[in-house]
Amino acid sequence: MDTIEKTLLEAVADLHSVPEGAYNIRANGELSGRSTTANIDIVTKTDKPGIDIRIKPGTKGESVHIPVIISQSGLTELVYNDFFIGDDADVTIVAGCGIHNSGDDESRHDGVHSFFVGKNAKVRYVEKHYGDGDGNGKRVMNPHTVIVLEEGASMELETTQIKGVDSTKRVTNATLADSASLVIREKLMTHGDQFAETDFTVDLNGEDCSANVISRSVAKDRSKQRFLSRINGNNRCAGHTECDAILMDDASVCAIPEITANHLEASLIHEAAIGKIAGEQLTKLMTLGLTEQEAEEQIINGFLK
Amino acid sequence: MLELKHIGYTVTDGDKPIDILNDINLTVDERFVAITGPNGGGKSTLAKIVAGILPPTSGQILLDGEDITHLSITERAKKGVSFAFQQPVRFKGITVHDLLSLAAGKPMSVSEACSYLSEVGLCAKDYIHREVNASLSGGELKRIEIATVMIRGTKLSIFDEPEAGIDLWSFQNLIQVFENMHEKKGGSILIISHQERILKIADKIVVVANGTVSDIGTPDVILPKMLNQSGPCSALTDKLK
Repeated sequence: MDTIEKTLLEAVADLHSVPEGAYNIRANGELSGRSTTANIDIVTKTDKPGIDIRIKPGTKGESVHIPVIISQSGLTELVYNDFFIGDDADVTIVAGCGIHNSGDDESRHDGVHSFFVGKNAKVRYVEKHYGDGDGNGKRVMNPHTVIVLEEGASMELETTQIKGVDSTKRVTNATLADSASLVIREKLMTHGDQFAETDFTVDLNGEDCSANVISRSVAKDRSKQRFLSRINGNNRCAGHTECDAILMDDASVCAIPEITANHLEASLIHEAAIGKIAGEQLTKLMTLGLTEQEAEEQIINGFLK
Repeated sequence: MLELKHIGYTVTDGDKPIDILNDINLTVDERFVAITGPNGGGKSTLAKIVAGILPPTSGQILLDGEDITHLSITERAKKGVSFAFQQPVRFKGITVHDLLSLAAGKPMSVSEACSYLSEVGLCAKDYIHREVNASLSGGELKRIEIATVMIRGTKLSIFDEPEAGIDLWSFQNLIQVFENMHEKKGGSILIISHQERILKIADKIVVVANGTVSDIGTPDVILPKMLNQSGPCSALTDKLK
């Protein structure tokens, strides 16, 4: 692995070398390393590009890393990763995609991730997107996430895209059975002429299931963001969606929350706020000796932390 | 030492100029100076002018003899002016620890943060990782605000009505904070307050009313005059009779 690839790996997975436990590293469209454990198996799909990750019931405290890195300009790929998480398991899955594009052609990674989470299992899924490189070629990522939570299952999804991705369309569809719970935290920063679209659909089908979808974003320069969050309450359930965006320069942000209650006992809330950094926040930090620019950085760093 | 020379601040309402401050002359050389006076008299405006948040329309501000009238908020902060807001600002995502570190100008250890927070009556354990957001009460925010100024320990610390929004129980502790600060801290404290107990511990009281300094002196001279004032105007007293 060369320096560029190592930098990408560090940016998307906080990894300095090969991780502990199970992992599958995909570099420039090919398998670059894989490790399985007694409880976690990773198998290459035979019918289409991608892998199946099978986690045995009752697996506790283990993690799976599946970073994808692209440093070859002009490479485009569509990958299917399916996760089968056994009943009562408690695992962390770290995915991420880093693209370094120093050429003129578009580099693109479209990943379809499906999670089938068994009864009472707990999953923490962390996903980071990062792009760099000084070429004119665009860095594009379109992740599609499908989540199926069985009875009592819970999943926390943290997704971060802070830098360097020119265009992204993120689609997430989740269905929840009885007593299942889902928390989605999205952090997004766009700059230059970037475009980012987020589209969440959550079907709260089970009794006493709950979902919380939280997005915090910063839009700089001439970038554009579009946030759609759709929650359907089809049973006695609780749903909350929140979009909080800081707008800067000539950027634009569109937030479209949509909540639908199809059951009398469905309790659904949506909140959305878009605005520039409050002047008094800048003033306060300037009275502590920070310059206006430093104050702005601190406010944004805190907001996206 | 802070010197204000002929400070004026005028705003316009349509075409009509309104004087908020008019020819304010004041020297703050003592350890603890309190500014008091009726609401709307120009006290907060004066404090904001000293901190650089508002530019004066006329006059000059000197800090240790140096003209700081045209310096920015940041430059004044670096020269040694600190300001505690009457209504502290909330920040999403910035923790109490982050804010205290920003005030200190360097990453602060938990034990250091603890010593400052305990001085304002907060237990660091409960607060250090909390965000400075709407989940904190007005009183808690106010104490954190005071801590940010204490940490800086600059030559001039300005507090704009620290007692506002604080319940009675917390107020007792707050008085203690200022009594301690009066004893310990170097530099001058300039505090805007209506509270007799705060005014009492001042070295000097400045009464600002109708945009000017209407009286100035030690607490034993000023306080009796304020307490013996005729009170409300006849329109109100007549109704009460």
